[in-house]
Amino acid sequence: MKKRKVGIVSVGLTKFMRRAKETPKELAYYAAKTALDEAGITRKDVDAAIIGSAPDAFDGVHQKHEYLTDGAGGVNLPTMRGYVGGGTGVFSPIQGWYSIASGMHDVVLVTTEEKMSSVLPSAQAAFNTIFDNMIERPLGPNLVWIFALEMRRYMETYGIPKEHIAAVSVKNKGNALDHPSAMLGQKLTIEDVLNSEVLAEPVHLLDISPVADGAVSFVMMSEEKIKEFGISLDDVAWVEGVGWNVDTTMWTNRDLCYPKYVEKAAKQAYTMAGQKDHSPEALRKWLSFAEPYDPFNYKELHHLEGLQLFEKGKAPLAAYEGVTARDGDFPVTPSGGLLGVGNPIAAAAGMKVAEVYLQLTGKAEKRQIPKDVTRGLAQAWGDLMQVGTVIILKGGRVN
Amino acid sequence: MKVRGTKLSHDEYMNQVISVDHHPEIEYAWATGIAISKFLEGLKQGKIYGAKCNDCNRIVCPPRIFCEECFSPMVEYVELPDTGVVNTFSLAYIRTDASRREKPEIPAVIDIDGTTLTPSGFLHLLDENIPHDQIKVGMKVKAVWRPEAERTGSITDIMYFTKLED
Repeated sequence: MKKRKVGIVSVGLTKFMRRAKETPKELAYYAAKTALDEAGITRKDVDAAIIGSAPDAFDGVHQKHEYLTDGAGGVNLPTMRGYVGGGTGVFSPIQGWYSIASGMHDVVLVTTEEKMSSVLPSAQAAFNTIFDNMIERPLGPNLVWIFALEMRRYMETYGIPKEHIAAVSVKNKGNALDHPSAMLGQKLTIEDVLNSEVLAEPVHLLDISPVADGAVSFVMMSEEKIKEFGISLDDVAWVEGVGWNVDTTMWTNRDLCYPKYVEKAAKQAYTMAGQKDHSPEALRKWLSFAEPYDPFNYKELHHLEGLQLFEKGKAPLAAYEGVTARDGDFPVTPSGGLLGVGNPIAAAAGMKVAEVYLQLTGKAEKRQIPKDVTRGLAQAWGDLMQVGTVIILKGGRVN
Repeated sequence: MKVRGTKLSHDEYMNQVISVDHHPEIEYAWATGIAISKFLEGLKQGKIYGAKCNDCNRIVCPPRIFCEECFSPMVEYVELPDTGVVNTFSLAYIRTDASRREKPEIPAVIDIDGTTLTPSGFLHLLDENIPHDQIKVGMKVKAVWRPEAERTGSITDIMYFTKLED
């Protein structure tokens, strides 16, 4: 099948907040309206709307995509929600891409939204339903457990010191100081991270991203429509590759030291983009930077390895040595990530895709990577250590 | 680009801004299916069951009625020993409701002995009285069962796994 060329032409973000006064629908409206305004179009120009949002349990609203439809600009349009847990925020623009690439639609408004503050006493109550209902929940698990278990397996397998992992919290929370949506930009030291409250060894408080409320939207268009609207290629980031992959929920039957499903999703995306050499050196040369999913500091590293951007077990030292700093050889999470900007699940990954767009179009302001950037990758991850979603964008004038 | 949103403090949220409360009362009773019923019945009898795929020949735990890789039926249950190896563990100070514990509980993934190709097993707890510096990935462990009369056909029929002396 011949696929049409698809570009992101604008993004819209809200603040990320521990508690927003706005309803989910109002948050979605802020983001969607901003994206339309930035693109210079109105809802009348939109052919279809796509909504990404994580479990209904956070909101206590059944089928919340239908509830969100008004705010996402989707009334009386072909509107749909795709949901792959934490991977959703990257999957939503993938849905936007195939809706347009297939020839089905020309202009798609994509909105990722999450409001996690409604559920009391904390989002934990909803998160715990992720565990197997028959043989895991009777043990009284907490979501942090599985991260602690995965993090230890990762550290033990490759002999990784905690200091190297803590460097990711320092970098990302520091980068977030420059993000206007950020709720947790902080200047920290590795010692601060290591000495923060122990939740479940080896996970400490500053290893974790904060739950949040927020929304992020995109306007995506076919090449023909971009020309028709007279949108400058300086404002466009083309979708060059997409991939996604889902492993089994039986996470205790897999080796958690390595995310195979992320590798499969990434290779799908690289292949689609025409990048045949999947060695770390070749990929780091081909890509200018990456925004991998960082709900926990070690996850950024785990994902960089799954993405083939570093050899297995080698990403932590690179982070520690500054290779992945915003001004390093291979910038990673220049946005500040989930660790620093916040983690409103679907919107958090949406923010990562938005960052790739903003960097490639030179609109990242204080966060702009201090070198020419031509191509960037965003990746998200979710559910029971089992979902990988990947999108690769390139600058509007890059061949 | 303008970034909008109205931040609320905890106090504003709970006491000042109007909110509408809802306490759903909802209950579920899940049929445990073919394979997990067998697994839970086994636990009641002090046995750990796995299942064997006759296509790829692996023995997995917990059991299922089909191999998710080969997509062939798994027709054979296999009784496995109640020993295994710590695949990974945590010292968890955070309870299921996010409240904190003084003394940690020790969740772990136990690879059950007798599973083949890649080791497999399930989430459980380790004996809280094992000195923390002795707990290692790769440590051999054995199930500590609830007294037979108290077993209900639940994962908690195993109270925890304790260190197996060499």
